Amino acid sequence: MVVFEKPHALCDVPLHYCPGCTHGIVHRLVAEAIDELGIEGSAIGVAPVGCAVMAYDYFNCDMVEAAHGRAPAVATGIKRAKPENIVFTYQGDGDLASIGMAETVHAATRNENITIIFINNAIYGMTGGQMAPTSLPGQVTQTSPYGRDVKTAGFPIKVSELLASLDGPSYIQRVAVNNVKNVKQAKKAIKKAFENQIEGKGFSLIEVVSSCPTNWGMTPQQALDWVEEKMIPYYPLGVYKDKTSEEGE
Amino acid sequence: MSEKVLMKGNEAIAEAAIRAGCRHYFGYPITPQTELAAYMAKRMPKIGGCFLQAESEIAAINMVYGVASTGLRVMTSSSSPGVSLKQEGISYIAGADLPALIVNVQRGGPGLGGIQPSQSDYFQATKGGGHGDYHLIVLAPASVQEMADLTAKCFELADKYRMPSMLLADGTMGQMMEPVLLPEESDVTVEKPWALTGTKMQRGHNIVNSLYLKPEELEKTNFDRFERYKQVEENEVMYEEFMMDDAEVCVVAFGIAARVSKNAVVEARKQGIKAGLLRPITLWPFPSAAVKQAAEHCKGFVSVELSMGQMIEDIKLASDCKCPVELCNRAGGMIPSPEQVLESIKNIAGGKA
Repeated sequence: MVVFEKPHALCDVPLHYCPGCTHGIVHRLVAEAIDELGIEGSAIGVAPVGCAVMAYDYFNCDMVEAAHGRAPAVATGIKRAKPENIVFTYQGDGDLASIGMAETVHAATRNENITIIFINNAIYGMTGGQMAPTSLPGQVTQTSPYGRDVKTAGFPIKVSELLASLDGPSYIQRVAVNNVKNVKQAKKAIKKAFENQIEGKGFSLIEVVSSCPTNWGMTPQQALDWVEEKMIPYYPLGVYKDKTSEEGE
Repeated sequence: MSEKVLMKGNEAIAEAAIRAGCRHYFGYPITPQTELAAYMAKRMPKIGGCFLQAESEIAAINMVYGVASTGLRVMTSSSSPGVSLKQEGISYIAGADLPALIVNVQRGGPGLGGIQPSQSDYFQATKGGGHGDYHLIVLAPASVQEMADLTAKCFELADKYRMPSMLLADGTMGQMMEPVLLPEESDVTVEKPWALTGTKMQRGHNIVNSLYLKPEELEKTNFDRFERYKQVEENEVMYEEFMMDDAEVCVVAFGIAARVSKNAVVEARKQGIKAGLLRPITLWPFPSAAVKQAAEHCKGFVSVELSMGQMIEDIKLASDCKCPVELCNRAGGMIPSPEQVLESIKNIAGGKA
């Protein structure tokens, strides 16, 4: 009896992610959702610039690699060209909330019928640990070596709260993957974000509070604890917007 | 069915694009290409197409990238400052070997510049424009008729060679009205096995990408792409010659500058000077062979440009500097007069240059 196997929507290749990084978990959750909904053959994914840049080699569906921050615009083009296909982006915090903020906000306000998986690990991972738009106040990074000083570097951007303030988007939820309970919740949210698109309900974004042990300078366990103790209090989990159950939407 | 109508250049581009099968347009407001977007906004919803006013030029070109990756004909249009913003996306489109059309209705620069016609984006258009080694196929219309015809040609060549093409017009071309015979509806379908359509679980996944972390692989994509560019250079050069058979002075000009120059050539002939006009229609690939040939029998060249002298470098390269090349130019939105061009023709004819 098979008790655990690789989702079909994930390619059978080694992932390049660091030990303890939660990208692997989220990739798996996305792939499981694609499998369970039977949408691999119609899915088109958009990879970001950042740690997940090579996601195009990891998902078995058709994939395109976007410029830094531009994934929501690329996904908009694909969805407008191929409305029958299921289009998703997978982006990190620097990509989505810094350089790509305009693309994110405007795709949301247009209620583009796409699914966005947003990895918030409070740091630029791929380039070696620089301050992200979501780095916490006081957080030490390569470019905030004395800790993020909100007087000069400003405050972290709470993407889910910000997008929820718009009339456009249909579904905004923040989840985490630091323990089994949260992983299960994240899976449910990701699947719902794809279901919304299948049902034509519009823009869904799932913010996944994640860990980056390598650039946080922690062991994987310490990093998961930091998510629980520091990240989640600043970025509370929950559904921030849900128009999908409203009549006539 | 073809029909002759009076149209603005910007509108002719839009209608020709639709007839060429383009059903996706993404833009951002900027003068002097406004009518193109307005035309698309009116027409696209009526024919099941997509007009989207993007949040920025950057977003617009990335939407183009998205549609192009699915294999459908797609375009954006802008004017100089906006086209600068698009360069990142254009580089990605070139790097991912995708066909798409970018229209630049040029205005004066640099910076915010002005809103009057210019040709000062010649370098940007013909030498790449963004980062990395790449070219666009660049066509330069000199009439409203060509705004339409070359739009269709841009789509055709982009598909044929899997590369972005640019229609490089200017404010005059965009704004002026002329009778135009609109092209027939195109029903050409090009096989695009690389396109993102969804695997339908019947093939391996397609990947549209410009990232190659192994330098030897990246180098190979560059060499392969330039092999294709060589074919474009061999097969697709277009230019018009006017009174060039016995010409001693060769005026080289494109777009609005070519129209002014034609008048100057006619006037020079009246005054007994054997002048001719060589009008590049493809700016990349540049008609180097034609220039080289002209250098064999001409005393010299006049490069007429609405810039501080950009195409002149390609003339000098193509002619191996065998004879003098005089720059006859205005900049910042000004247009040379036929008299100014005639003056330069006389300089070359009299050996004064």
